[in-house]
Amino acid sequence: VTAGGPRLALIAVLVAAIAFLPEGCGNRGEPAAARPELTVVAAASLTEAFERGAGEFEPARVRLSLGGSDELAAQVRRGVAADIYAAANTELPEGLHREELVERPVVFATNTLVLAVPRRSAIGSVDDLEQPGTRLVVGSPSVPVGAYTRKVLGRLGPERARRILANVRSEEPDVRGVVAKLAERAADAGFVYRTDVLSAAGRLRAVALPARLGPRTSLAAAVGRRSQRPGLARAFVRGLVAGRGARALRDAGFGPPPER
Amino acid sequence: VRRGLAFRALLGTALAVALVFLTLPLVAIFVDVGPGELVQSLGEPAAAEALWLTVRTSVIAILIIVLVGSPAAYLLATRSFRGRAAVVTLVELPLVLPPAVAGIALLAALGPQGLLGGMVAGTGVELVFETAGVVVALTFVAAPFFLSQAQAAFSAVDRTLIDASRTLGAGEAATFLRVVVPAALPGLASGLALAWGRALGEFGATLIFAGSLAGVTRTAPLAIYAFLATDLSAALALAAVLVAVSGALLLSIKLTAGRGAALTAWRRVA
Repeated sequence: VTAGGPRLALIAVLVAAIAFLPEGCGNRGEPAAARPELTVVAAASLTEAFERGAGEFEPARVRLSLGGSDELAAQVRRGVAADIYAAANTELPEGLHREELVERPVVFATNTLVLAVPRRSAIGSVDDLEQPGTRLVVGSPSVPVGAYTRKVLGRLGPERARRILANVRSEEPDVRGVVAKLAERAADAGFVYRTDVLSAAGRLRAVALPARLGPRTSLAAAVGRRSQRPGLARAFVRGLVAGRGARALRDAGFGPPPER
Repeated sequence: VRRGLAFRALLGTALAVALVFLTLPLVAIFVDVGPGELVQSLGEPAAAEALWLTVRTSVIAILIIVLVGSPAAYLLATRSFRGRAAVVTLVELPLVLPPAVAGIALLAALGPQGLLGGMVAGTGVELVFETAGVVVALTFVAAPFFLSQAQAAFSAVDRTLIDASRTLGAGEAATFLRVVVPAALPGLASGLALAWGRALGEFGATLIFAGSLAGVTRTAPLAIYAFLATDLSAALALAAVLVAVSGALLLSIKLTAGRGAALTAWRRVA
């Protein structure tokens, strides 16, 4: 036997131990097997609220997958078995509903599009964005934050919108990309949701947009048609409207859904 | 005899499993798209633009990597000095870095607020949101692939060849260019191919450091991601093209380098 033998064996044992460690080890206690699982795919802007809300949803263990709403919708179309699809707008879930991939969407919260700037920035209003050389970062047109941004800018009139959009230096796949560019001060300004500025913990400052530009946004969630536990999934969505999920959303700065 | 047979069967099975696992997803892309759609999507300006940007930036990155990396790897391969092992580990570190981390690290180093941000701004060069930033990201993630391969290739060059060249009066630089590099060519070429492949597929570091804007920083992998939500078939078609382009590039490098090395070796003998 060479000297390498025992050492190799030890490494093999260690690797096997890591690979086959009981699943619960990395989690915060709780026997995993007893509780059913819900897979929630949610917009990146919901990251903080859902991570808290998911932990507090008692009936099931919630697995979160976060990303751009558009990209998640594409995954659902591709057959990803999501129990719940929660988007940063209402159009994408409605589209999936028309394609009979999800149940009827429920508006569960509202948010507000803001102009975000690094904390010590001279930019004070949308007007400043027309200045040539301003490094502006927005969401790509397919992701809700990018679509809202273009809609809001469009209300400034085509001339001004064109001047501002000429300063766009990057189209990010989701809000996290915009926030990161601003937090690193690689960009001068960007359009994100109010809640993103709140969760950026003081690194960013929000410049409110005039109400006439219609910066209010609605978020909708829907239960996947292929969900194995539609009852539980519907309970999760109800909780987002009124329940612990709703409380986590309010804490993160989301507004209540409009009264109907 | 029977034990040998069983072992060979095991080897064959392992190779078959590896082959199927590694090629099936690529085959699936081509099955999914279909040749007609593939050609059509290539005509789409956004796709063509992204591909062209990918080729341009990756070629520049590879040139930088080879020009700086070859002498650096030669030094590491042929000299022993204190801290050599540490240096080797450090230059290979980006190999194991997640691309997203590489992007953040580049921002922290070369971004406007980064360690050397002032210096970069002082030279008048802009990296973030610019094509030059894409080149920086590609160079950072791809260089270690070339460095480690080149080092191995240089170490494998026969010392007697180098000594003979020196004895015959060639200087160290001439020996490096005319003896060592040709002898190490197959290894250098495979390092180049690996690094190029990595650069062609780079996504995370580019997105985080350089951003994503059509024609400026949106390389093919970023365009695939951008298409993913709006036009899946366009994304798949672009992916298929990227696979084909990368495959063709890598294959041609391997073939020409292999032949070139054989040729120089034959000439030396003759």
